[in-house]
Amino acid sequence: MFQTRHSVRVAGVAALAASALLLAGCAGTASSGSSGGGGGSKNYAITFLPKNLGNAYFDTSDAGGKKAITEFKGTYAEVGPATAAPDAQVSYINTLTQKQVGAIVLSADDQKAPCSAINQAQKAGVKVVTFDSDTAVGCRDLFINQATAEGIAKVEVDMIAKQINDSGEIAILSASANATNQNAWIELMKKDLAANHPNIKLDDVVYGNDDDQTSFDKTAALLQTYPNLKGIISPTTVGIAAAARYISTSAFKGKVAVTGLGTPNQMKAYVKDGTVTAFALWNPGDLGYLAAYAAKALIDGTITGKEGDSFKAGTLGTFKVGADGTVLLGDPFQYNAGNIDQFNF
Amino acid sequence: MTATTPAAATPPATGSVSGQRNYPSHGRPFWQRLLLRRETAIIALLVVVIIVASASVPHFAAPITYNFLLLDMAPVLLIALPMTLIIITGEIDLSVASAMGLSSSIVGLLTQAHWPFAAAAGIALVVGAIGGAVNGILVTRVGLPSLAVTIGTLALYRGLAQGLLGTTAVTSFPTFWTDLATSTLLGTLIPSVTILIVVLAILFGVLLHFTPFGRGIYAIGLSTDAAAFSGVKLQRTKFILFMLAGLVSALAGIFYTLRFGSARGDNATGLELSVIAAVLLGGVSIFGGRGALPGVLAGALLIGVLASALRLAGITSDVINVITGTLLVLSVILTSFLAWVQRTRLSAGRKRRETRGPASS
Repeated sequence: MFQTRHSVRVAGVAALAASALLLAGCAGTASSGSSGGGGGSKNYAITFLPKNLGNAYFDTSDAGGKKAITEFKGTYAEVGPATAAPDAQVSYINTLTQKQVGAIVLSADDQKAPCSAINQAQKAGVKVVTFDSDTAVGCRDLFINQATAEGIAKVEVDMIAKQINDSGEIAILSASANATNQNAWIELMKKDLAANHPNIKLDDVVYGNDDDQTSFDKTAALLQTYPNLKGIISPTTVGIAAAARYISTSAFKGKVAVTGLGTPNQMKAYVKDGTVTAFALWNPGDLGYLAAYAAKALIDGTITGKEGDSFKAGTLGTFKVGADGTVLLGDPFQYNAGNIDQFNF
Repeated sequence: MTATTPAAATPPATGSVSGQRNYPSHGRPFWQRLLLRRETAIIALLVVVIIVASASVPHFAAPITYNFLLLDMAPVLLIALPMTLIIITGEIDLSVASAMGLSSSIVGLLTQAHWPFAAAAGIALVVGAIGGAVNGILVTRVGLPSLAVTIGTLALYRGLAQGLLGTTAVTSFPTFWTDLATSTLLGTLIPSVTILIVVLAILFGVLLHFTPFGRGIYAIGLSTDAAAFSGVKLQRTKFILFMLAGLVSALAGIFYTLRFGSARGDNATGLELSVIAAVLLGGVSIFGGRGALPGVLAGALLIGVLASALRLAGITSDVINVITGTLLVLSVILTSFLAWVQRTRLSAGRKRRETRGPASS
């Protein structure tokens, strides 16, 4: 008898603990449980869904989106998985479909995995815009493309030409030998150099395999092999940082130009110490800003995502939808000593 | 709470406390034993969470929530079945998510090579069973601890999966099969995969709770030596369980691949932790010997319902992980805590009883 009463009391303690836990959960729920649904007749509730949260690149792009959404008085939100996994975004897309947001703007973790969830969202009237990383063409309304291969190749050649006064020997420090993107850019750079810059000689293309130490060693080897080298182009963020690090501490600093594709945080020190004059990458803030306006245009119904549609994107101007429902942000953005402090990613 | 009080701690002198019976786990009436189990507490908690979420989280009450939830949790629910049996024997299998990835890669690779899908799935299941058998042999024949073995095969199977497909993803699966994976039962929003889960849950439930093989599983978890002396085929039992885990993981991998229409080497990375969390939350002791399948199913659903409700409430994934983790830690602590409370109250009660007289009211 005695023991029985104990057990009941013990069970009571357990139930109490459980309900306390629940209450804590619910308190959180109540405070942030405002559901989407913008004012007015159009549903400007636009949610950004990056590959994963806590990623400085997406913090920058989503901040751009927030700026745009504030401009047209919509409701901005950002949700996402803690780590990027192929299926991680699906449950978020499902949730946003249930909440009946106006549009989802996502950088897809996988080309195919989110598609059936996206189709369900579209059936429920939710517009879906991808940016940075696309899904299969058929499964979203629009893709905001950060840059074309031609644009990337051209800006890199233009930067090196300007930095070495359009004459002299250069080399390319790429990622791996079979990296699809880099190889396409290098082909285009070679054509551009041959056609427009006859005084620039491309000595060699070497591969750092997107590994910091390998890229560092390859830079050292390049400078020894080609004593007349005047510039290095590295069309990969790992390569450019390693090359800049080597040159910044060597006698070649200020004599051999380094440029290519890099991120501001990685390159800030080398731009400030004069190793690097300028490098390029798209501006993720603008990318998010454009994606938000594209979502708005889809919600308004002024565009449907077919080729030839055009829409206005706030301060960025007017954009046209290209083939396969793609909108191009424009030429890559050049970072230099004058603007690099404005960026943090 | 039921089986944790050691029999030795109850000398015959206090036999009067729990009536005529001498072994404490059966010392109370059936309805109390049923109500006061940890499994029951988890099921009750699940019901409470569903009611609270339905009332307070917008959109949660809609039937489509349960459709998404079951689809999301299906791989965890499936693999939790054999995992429960393995953990009750006191072993563990960490390689299940990697086995899913391997099965996904194999299905993708063979589909790409124009195999009929059913044949590709068949091969994947066979490979899954072989993978499980490798774990089983290393644990039983070679005698290595399952934690070490399956950490090894976790890396091995994942490596194979990524080696087979490289960085590519296979996305061209027959629409019949992909539609089947996401289809719902006629006229409802219940996903068809629920049938698979229910059937397997019944099979595993019967195996664990109503067969001599299942009693052997508990016996091994409580005491390997005692089980061996009572004639339980230790090695055979464990080997079969690891093979079943491999087989069911491969099945879950096939479902996962079809549901998302994408075969990748890194599919389902980290899912083993969700499975183990569900099993432990469901009241299975990590030391073996205790636990029941209904609790595990409720544990898996509880994790899914919490995640779903919190997502709908706009709470970020980090906070969701923190809440799920806290719940898991609390549920594990609660078992030891309750056992401790019971022990101390029991001995205190005994003392009080012995000195009863002037002090009592």
